[in-house]
Amino acid sequence: MMTELPIISLAIWVPILAGILVLFTGDDRRACLARWLALAGSIAGFLATLPLYTGFDFANGGFQFQERLSWIPAFNIHYHLGVDGISVPLILLTSFMTMVVVVAGWEVIEKRVAQYMASFLIMSGLMIGVFSALDTILYYVFWEAMLIPMFLVIGIWGGPNRVYATIKFFLYTLLGSLLMLVAFIYLYHQTDSFSLTDYYQLPLALPVQILIFFAFFMAFAVKIPMWPVHTWLPDAHVEAPTGGSVVLAAIMLKLGAYSFLRFAMPIAPDASHYLAGFMITLSLISIVYIAFVALAQRDMKKLIAYSSISHMGFVTLGMFIFNPLGLEGAIVQMISHGFISAAMFLCVGVLYDRVHSREISAYGGVVNTMPTFAAFAVLFAMANAGLPGTSGFVGEFLVILGSMQVNFWYAFLAALTLIFGAAYTLWMVKRVFFGEVANAHVAELKDINKREFLILGVLAVLVLGFGLYPAPITEMTNATVTQLLSHMAHSKLPAGF
Amino acid sequence: MNEILPDLISALPEIFVLGMAMFILLLDLFLKPSNRVLIYVFSQLTLAGAAAITILTHTPAVSYAFTGMFVDDPMSDVLKVMIYIGTAIMFVYTRHYLTLRGMFRGEYYALVLFSMVGMMIMVSGQNFLTLYMGLELLSLCLYALVALDRDNPRATEAAMKYFVLGALASGMLLYGMSMMYGATGSLDIIQVGNSLTQGAPTYSMLILGLVFIVAGLAFKLGAVPFQMWVPDVYHGAPTAMTMLIGSVPKLAAFAMVIRLLVQGLYVLAVDWQGMLVIMAVLSIIIGNVTAIAQTNLKRMLAYSTISHIGFLLFGIMSASLNGFASSMFYVSAYVLMTLAGFGMILLLSRQGFEAENLDDLKGLNQRSPWNAFLMMIVMFSMAGVPPTLGFYAKFTVLQAALEAGFVGVVIFAVLMAAVGAFYYLRVVKLMYFDEPEDKSPIVASNGMRVMLSVNALALLVLGLMPQILMGISAYAIFNSI
Repeated sequence: MMTELPIISLAIWVPILAGILVLFTGDDRRACLARWLALAGSIAGFLATLPLYTGFDFANGGFQFQERLSWIPAFNIHYHLGVDGISVPLILLTSFMTMVVVVAGWEVIEKRVAQYMASFLIMSGLMIGVFSALDTILYYVFWEAMLIPMFLVIGIWGGPNRVYATIKFFLYTLLGSLLMLVAFIYLYHQTDSFSLTDYYQLPLALPVQILIFFAFFMAFAVKIPMWPVHTWLPDAHVEAPTGGSVVLAAIMLKLGAYSFLRFAMPIAPDASHYLAGFMITLSLISIVYIAFVALAQRDMKKLIAYSSISHMGFVTLGMFIFNPLGLEGAIVQMISHGFISAAMFLCVGVLYDRVHSREISAYGGVVNTMPTFAAFAVLFAMANAGLPGTSGFVGEFLVILGSMQVNFWYAFLAALTLIFGAAYTLWMVKRVFFGEVANAHVAELKDINKREFLILGVLAVLVLGFGLYPAPITEMTNATVTQLLSHMAHSKLPAGF
Repeated sequence: MNEILPDLISALPEIFVLGMAMFILLLDLFLKPSNRVLIYVFSQLTLAGAAAITILTHTPAVSYAFTGMFVDDPMSDVLKVMIYIGTAIMFVYTRHYLTLRGMFRGEYYALVLFSMVGMMIMVSGQNFLTLYMGLELLSLCLYALVALDRDNPRATEAAMKYFVLGALASGMLLYGMSMMYGATGSLDIIQVGNSLTQGAPTYSMLILGLVFIVAGLAFKLGAVPFQMWVPDVYHGAPTAMTMLIGSVPKLAAFAMVIRLLVQGLYVLAVDWQGMLVIMAVLSIIIGNVTAIAQTNLKRMLAYSTISHIGFLLFGIMSASLNGFASSMFYVSAYVLMTLAGFGMILLLSRQGFEAENLDDLKGLNQRSPWNAFLMMIVMFSMAGVPPTLGFYAKFTVLQAALEAGFVGVVIFAVLMAAVGAFYYLRVVKLMYFDEPEDKSPIVASNGMRVMLSVNALALLVLGLMPQILMGISAYAIFNSI
């Protein structure tokens, strides 16, 4: 489908402009207006991303809906956008989650409502920019700019230790990304261009590829996060308000994995193959070791944060075994983890809003007072543990199948997590939801209201829907995955090596 | 008369500003204190007039005047216009502050305009002596301005320190110039360059001279290891004067570096590159690390200036046209950021209260969300976070340095930039995450509020469209050198 409308630009700028508009509602006297405006803005933002799905050409593995304007001619930098089968599902996830976050923060956030809502709307546009930028400097601008609203969200509306957590989050990410910037400048001097598609064609010697790969690794592994650069994540998650945790887990972590697929692997394919063992080792450590760490947590949010790291290990494992099953599995896992982790954090948020504690030991027997909520929570916990029939199963199963083709032990270690994941998730569910009513706080709990029911209900439908019928995602990614793998199969080493 | 006329036209902006400065000094004598606002109006008109003259007489060609002592090239025109704009912004910011502290007098405006003439001569000097004269005119006015609040012991101390160290630096510069004169037999920058190209006479003497010239320049720029005066003077001087010292003179100092090192001593590039690399790296380390330990906002900005100068040197040490253009872009971005940063300090100060500690920014988001937002843009811009102008400034100088092959140094600088981000983030943290200690309303004139908003938003808008300033810098450099 060819249209004159700049569809991707709309998807980026509608939420950003809506966010700026929300900012102008000013202080909390007009909080109600700010909420409704933010909801309208997030719905408009979601609608703006829908044409990317409806107009998508499923047979085309390349970039679609491209827009290209000259931006900084002195450095040959363009405002160049485009999406393929990997980015479209992630963009839809982003705009969808923005609506969820706006609704989830509805009456929970009481101070500086306009700034809170605006931060998420602006962040949503910037993240869509990251998923669709095809010029590396444009990408870098979106990538860094996105940190600013998140920094404020954690710092203003976060928990007691929020300042430490948010500065750690910002500096960790900044340090990694600056090295990536150096790599981009290096590539610019090789090609006289900042265009990603030019970098795909550029032959590079293996040592150079390895250095470039590590520069990207610093930026993306921090974001995913991979063991051992994951330590900012538990802090950030624990201190962030519920909305912040949801966006962090559902989308920001995916940015790292997406960027590996978009930058590190196609630009340095030989280094990716060369270092695959290293990446797989880190992924397996993330999957197994972090699962043990999760088992030992007493704070629910920390537990889910570690579980996120463990699940993201599947994504990187699936990417670096270089076969279609693994890659498809990684992408499905990204989307599914987006829904499940968001839902888990929202569940913790529901409890936290009522009791103001995230400690597992502060609860017990919640099912007696909040039966509807407990049903949802158990469903999401099952999905988190990878129960067949939920979307959590599909991605993990595909990755395990893919790694079985490469090495039995990879698959064996990865599959262990189906046990560990079930262990830490279900143990937490048991301690929080089942048993006798633990204390007076729990006895006074009221079940979820309509707003909470709506959010959790929609997410539950999606988790089950994609678990039973994942085809919408896989159909979309199929052509792109094939094309990416065939690109990766060709060495980019210059002749003579 | 006809022979000297073209020379006079080349120097018309300087002559005009000089005349107006004298006129303002005289006018002040005949004005009642209640009418002093006229002086302010005349000063702004002077800047507007000078800008009009500079722009109307602008040509992309290079023309020399006064037997080659003075040059009128695109770089000088662009830098002069930037100096006018910077000074005009500063006048708007400082007016209220000076009135409250009894410094709203003709001397201030006359001295600033005289110092501006000094800067303009530095920008257009094409002879060792012209450059030196411009530098001294600038420096002497600045010494006096720092001490303008006569009964303030801290300001007087700062002025004394500034004067002694500044005089030492001028002496070093002059000594270096005399060595160059001895080695090449000329004071004219073009001729010095030519005679060096034809074959270096006595290499050791040249290098000795070069060391002194670089040291003198580093002193004026505030690069490590000649940075000692910067924090003390920034801290001690009244904020209105700190704003002046920290902003527009850097444009003139940049021009002087280009005139001396690039146009005059380009043959010795390999030698000065080595010196600049060391100074740049040290400036970035000491500036960024020491800034973390500061509790005083002005001192923090002083160390931040030192690290910015380090980045500025990255472009120059690349010794390529691209590098000089990126340095010029950096220095103009730096001036805009510094003006906005100090503008915010002035905005928060009031009668009997100097907002100069970091804690004075606490909870600004609750006192005034808009001003907190503006200051946040300034801080992120200084930290070099996109989409602000500061990012592109860092990006271009790093790009130039990488092109010149300084890979290790660039990676190091990038890591230090992340260290530097910490103390800028701390300011944002204070404004957004902490509760205000001081809940008094912010009093400021509308002019100042509007100007500050325009200034800070310019950092964002020019960040979204960096081509504007980048293009101007490239135009100026490529047509002048």
